[in-house]
Amino acid sequence: MAETAAPHDDAPSGVGFTLDGRPATAEPGELLISAAERNGTYIPRFCYHPRLEPVGMCRMCLVEVSGPRGATLQPACFIAAQEGMEVVTDSEKVKKAQDGVLEFLLVNHPLDCPVCDKGGECPLQDQTLAYGPGESRFVEEKRHFAKPVPISELVLLDRERCIQCARCTRFAEEVAGEAQIDFAGRGERVEVATFPGEPFSSYFSGNTVQICPVGALTATPYRFTARPWDLDQVESTCTTCSFGCRVAVQSSANRLTRLLGIDADPVNQGWLCDKGRFTFESVNGAEPAAGADGAAVASGTARSAARLTEPMVRKGGELVPVGWNEALAAAAEGLSAARRHGGPGAVALLGGARCTNEGAYAWAKLAKAVLGTDSVDAQLADGLPADLVLSLPRATLDETCSARVVVLLTGDVREELPVLFLRLRRAALDKTTSLVEVTPVPTSLTRYAAVSLAARPGDAPAIARAIAGDAAAAGALANHPEGPACHPDDLARAKGIVGSGGDGVVVVVGRPSLAEHEGVVAEAALALAEALPAARFLPALRRGNVHGALDMGLAPGVLPGRVSLADGAAWFTAGWGSVPATRGRGAAEVLASLAGDDPAGADGRVRALIALGADVVGDFCDQDLAERALGAADFVVAVTGHLSATTDRADVVLPAAVAHERPGTTTNLEGRVTRLGQKLVPPGLAWPDWMIATELAGELGADFKVDGLGDLAEEIERLAPAYAGLTPAVLDAGRDGVVAPYDAARTGARTPEPIDPMALPGVESAERQGAPPRVGSAEAPAAEDGRPHDGPPGPPRPPLLSAPAPAAAPHLPPVDSYSLRLVSTRRLYDAGGAVSGSPSLAPLAPAATVRANPYDLDRLGVSTGDRVRVRSARGALVLAAEADESVARGVVAVGFNLAPEGAEGPANAAAVLIDARAAVTEVRLESVG
Amino acid sequence: MAVTDAPRIVTARLGHDDSHTLDRFLATGGYEGLRKALTMTPEAVAAEVDAASLLGRGGAGFPAGRKWSMLRKDPVTYLVVNGDESEPATFKDHLLLEGDPHQLIEGVVIAAYALQVSLAFIYVRGEFALGLERVQAALNEAYRHKAVGADIFGSGFSVDVVVHPGAGAYICGEETALLEALEGKRGFPRIKPPFFPASVGLYGQPTVVNNVETMSNLPWIVTHGGAAFAALGGGRSTGTRLFALSGHVNNPGTYEVEMVKTTFRDLIYAPVLGGGVRGGREVKAIIPGGVSAPWFGPDKLDLPLGQDEVGEAGSMLGSGAITVMDSSTCMVRAAWRITKFFSRESCGQCTPCREGSGWLERVLFRIEHGGGREEDLDLLLDVSDNISPGLLWPPQQTTICVLGPSIPSSIHSAIEMFRDEFLLHIKEGACPHG
Repeated sequence: MAETAAPHDDAPSGVGFTLDGRPATAEPGELLISAAERNGTYIPRFCYHPRLEPVGMCRMCLVEVSGPRGATLQPACFIAAQEGMEVVTDSEKVKKAQDGVLEFLLVNHPLDCPVCDKGGECPLQDQTLAYGPGESRFVEEKRHFAKPVPISELVLLDRERCIQCARCTRFAEEVAGEAQIDFAGRGERVEVATFPGEPFSSYFSGNTVQICPVGALTATPYRFTARPWDLDQVESTCTTCSFGCRVAVQSSANRLTRLLGIDADPVNQGWLCDKGRFTFESVNGAEPAAGADGAAVASGTARSAARLTEPMVRKGGELVPVGWNEALAAAAEGLSAARRHGGPGAVALLGGARCTNEGAYAWAKLAKAVLGTDSVDAQLADGLPADLVLSLPRATLDETCSARVVVLLTGDVREELPVLFLRLRRAALDKTTSLVEVTPVPTSLTRYAAVSLAARPGDAPAIARAIAGDAAAAGALANHPEGPACHPDDLARAKGIVGSGGDGVVVVVGRPSLAEHEGVVAEAALALAEALPAARFLPALRRGNVHGALDMGLAPGVLPGRVSLADGAAWFTAGWGSVPATRGRGAAEVLASLAGDDPAGADGRVRALIALGADVVGDFCDQDLAERALGAADFVVAVTGHLSATTDRADVVLPAAVAHERPGTTTNLEGRVTRLGQKLVPPGLAWPDWMIATELAGELGADFKVDGLGDLAEEIERLAPAYAGLTPAVLDAGRDGVVAPYDAARTGARTPEPIDPMALPGVESAERQGAPPRVGSAEAPAAEDGRPHDGPPGPPRPPLLSAPAPAAAPHLPPVDSYSLRLVSTRRLYDAGGAVSGSPSLAPLAPAATVRANPYDLDRLGVSTGDRVRVRSARGALVLAAEADESVARGVVAVGFNLAPEGAEGPANAAAVLIDARAAVTEVRLESVG
Repeated sequence: MAVTDAPRIVTARLGHDDSHTLDRFLATGGYEGLRKALTMTPEAVAAEVDAASLLGRGGAGFPAGRKWSMLRKDPVTYLVVNGDESEPATFKDHLLLEGDPHQLIEGVVIAAYALQVSLAFIYVRGEFALGLERVQAALNEAYRHKAVGADIFGSGFSVDVVVHPGAGAYICGEETALLEALEGKRGFPRIKPPFFPASVGLYGQPTVVNNVETMSNLPWIVTHGGAAFAALGGGRSTGTRLFALSGHVNNPGTYEVEMVKTTFRDLIYAPVLGGGVRGGREVKAIIPGGVSAPWFGPDKLDLPLGQDEVGEAGSMLGSGAITVMDSSTCMVRAAWRITKFFSRESCGQCTPCREGSGWLERVLFRIEHGGGREEDLDLLLDVSDNISPGLLWPPQQTTICVLGPSIPSSIHSAIEMFRDEFLLHIKEGACPHG
């Protein structure tokens, strides 16, 4: 789908051929089916998919092609256009072949369209209407199969409907790299099947449903819930992670029914992960139980599934539903009281990665300009220092996936940013990119990596220096008591590959382990940035709109638009009235201050907390610290869509609209700003986040002068330097959004409107109903001219952050041979609210275990399945042991945000152990017999 | 009634109980052709095969010498021997695999030498238990005898030969499906282009795929020269050929006869060959080249057994399987049974073959069992036409491989030649043959 040429493109380099008697032009090597389409002739097809290798199996695209033996019927999806070729798509012979193929396809098809989910958006239906014979001459008994059969936890197969196009099997093998489904049987008994005892266990299984051209594959969350013609749709961006997949969001009767991937060439290329596709269930929430009000909902999964619909204020120890006026007044009073007692630094705001950009901006403005605090953090010690992220030279996704060398200094990409995994895997398989991985435990990309370097917690900076050419660092790595975790030869190879990458090196930097302080990774990233000045970075922070939140200033030391507090002080003082005088605290320091762990600083102690769309207890990596902090807080405001452990301790709870319930924009990890579509009316009294901030500001005596989202969008474009020029007109020019900072020259070609309904089932038919509503413009027409506005009179626009400053990494303790260093990596399906609130996904979250090298387990006399007590300075718990050769000696791995087996125990086992402020967390294992 | 005195080229040893052993093989001139080939240049060996005009014996009849010359130059090339003989009523390679495996191996090594290939595969139909055992045993003997492996007979030439058992699929006799199966994949024929394994074959490398009988001719050709081979037969159809004769003849079996100089009538009626039709009945129809071939009526009995002669008459010698149907045969039933075979053996990859074969089988079954309608005859022909447009010969196809256009052959022949018999089934609501 990379082709962007207009129809009748007469590029001189093209291949000239004849299409139905008229001259046409193709790209060199272009398949007839695609060339014909660009020249205005649609050739019907089932098995052809522009993102999959052609197989020529369905024979629907047979056309007459001239050749040495005269014109013969050839599949247009398999024959490349050649100079002088004569192609006929409309002859009697072609028509008869198309009639024949459609009649054949329907011979064994059950024709159960009235009860088929695909009915109404079915390529088999549509193409039978357009190209079929009209009636069947088949009077025999059809083939029968038992149905449906589950091929995975989420996907069911109806073998009678299947037309054996191999789209699903090709997706699994070519795109996902999981060839777990294939054809079995022969002749008309051919069926798609899994291998005995091995389900199609894939994070990407929903894509097979989306690209199935019939109703053979259905997903359990959508199956039998709607008819396509009853669905209403908007285009939006998935914010389940920060990758920013473009999606079509569909609903019926104000409940989300389905998400489909849009083929945005620079981003997701049509694919989605199952988490992104199916966590809409948590947005719908549990059906409200009769008579239940928000406060009365039980704990556990049922609670996380329930949506908040009313503002609540704690009265006599209980949260009581109140009106917005009372709730806002209570919030304003609580925050003001904290300020009165402890100055601006007494208030902190944590969270914001679930906000829209406009919401994040409004909250940043509220915190920094109205409350005067810089102790604001959209990350919960699970990311990287904001000034580092914003100052590193940024790579786009396309640049990353076409770089000569990609250094992976992050968690398992398939677990954290699944579609980035698909794209990096493809780049590695195509041999256009060499992957050099630095990771504490093997990841999904290890098998595709040119070199995978095992890094114990704390090793990353030395490895970074070593692969950038520092011989002393390489030597130091060999001095571990258990021996070096990565082989010196591998280190040397990695150095060679990185050295050969020249200016084509991209570093994907995230968090390889949440039990290792962000400062350790930051130091490694800085070392690479210094040693490889031409290298670019793709920051792999995971949370939904965390990049937008950082861009909007929801971090200490920064102001909206990627400027530092110092550089932007004058500009934003002019724009906002005031900015904080001093740099504030990050999440861990905020919580430590609340808990009283730290002596009060110059700006006193944190007393009040705004939890902005974040469950500080559930989401934070150090449960003990989070619980003590909330317990000690004088005042807590929770702004959230769901009840959580944080709302349990909150004094005021403000119900927020969540994803798909509010319009706005979002920014993905490459800095791409895209539109979020609103598909649902928020439940009950829930408000969009920007509106809560604006109204709370008003309650605090500040008038944002915002009447609608458009005003905020206009203010961002005007004030936030990195977003200058990102006017609605620029954003809406294509389907893929625009990378900030906006550079018209670099923005390049946009994904064209889909003309192939088969590439994007569902979307095309919905589009016939008209373009999706343009967000914001209805409320306040913002700058339509596409030109950057002039800033406020006075100070000059501040520069964007650049030249990252060295971060102060916490002291790394010396290795001792009694302790093991904890590694905690994220899993896609975890105990977080999105998964636990989605009934289809919740059962897929694995149980927490402790994995260690058999060498270390043998020393304790422990083997796989035994229960061991894992003890750190923070806490202890009992987990099942798993011997794993791939874990380096001296290291234990506990998955992040996973609950141990059984009903008892914490939701996040690793958070019991992790000390958020230590460089590394050391643990000891004890056998419990 | 003429049977020529042409030499038996590939079946000379088959009368002996121990024809499969190295001892018998060596005692009867075995590996002499290979020894001679190794004294020649590879190009000279290939030139002899080209001079012999040896047509491939697998079914398509492509000249072996030309196929070899098409092998794309590449450091890694392969030779694959197609021993997946699965066409109904075809059992000539079966005989060679069981009866004279060393002759096959000698031919393989000669071909490998001529092509300068260092790895060859013999793909043997999985159901040939004894054939597999005999070929593997002979291969082991040949390795010990230094006729296969490193430095063959001290010549400096080396080739390894691997025996690969099939897993029971007719489609794997199609050479690209065979290559897929050999690679460990599902036996789906490859879509063209690329058109020839000689350009892109096993593991994507240039590959020559030859039939067992083709290979078995090579020792004789090298020993006696290509010209001696070309002197036999007539026209493009040189040498002798094995024919698997089955059906309603008194002496069904595999016969090696000289091409062109022998006719269908000779093969069926000669006392030393078929020995006439069972019970003295008349020939109603013959299938001249395996069940993929259009049928002939008795008017074609005097046609010579030559590739072009049969082709021009509208059918093919194909796999060398000749099936005789006498006057007692129900032609609807015959067409149904053949179609049933194709329906079961269609790989299911492409739509017209997968769905069309089952549909045609159901209609034929219905007619044979009394449920036929008159319009079913046009339906059968039109559905066939949607698999093989125009029902032409040589056929066109809407399918990926030639299994598709093989399906209509028997249906088209049966309706063309015996329409009344179909109508009688329909009128009586039952098979008149009971």
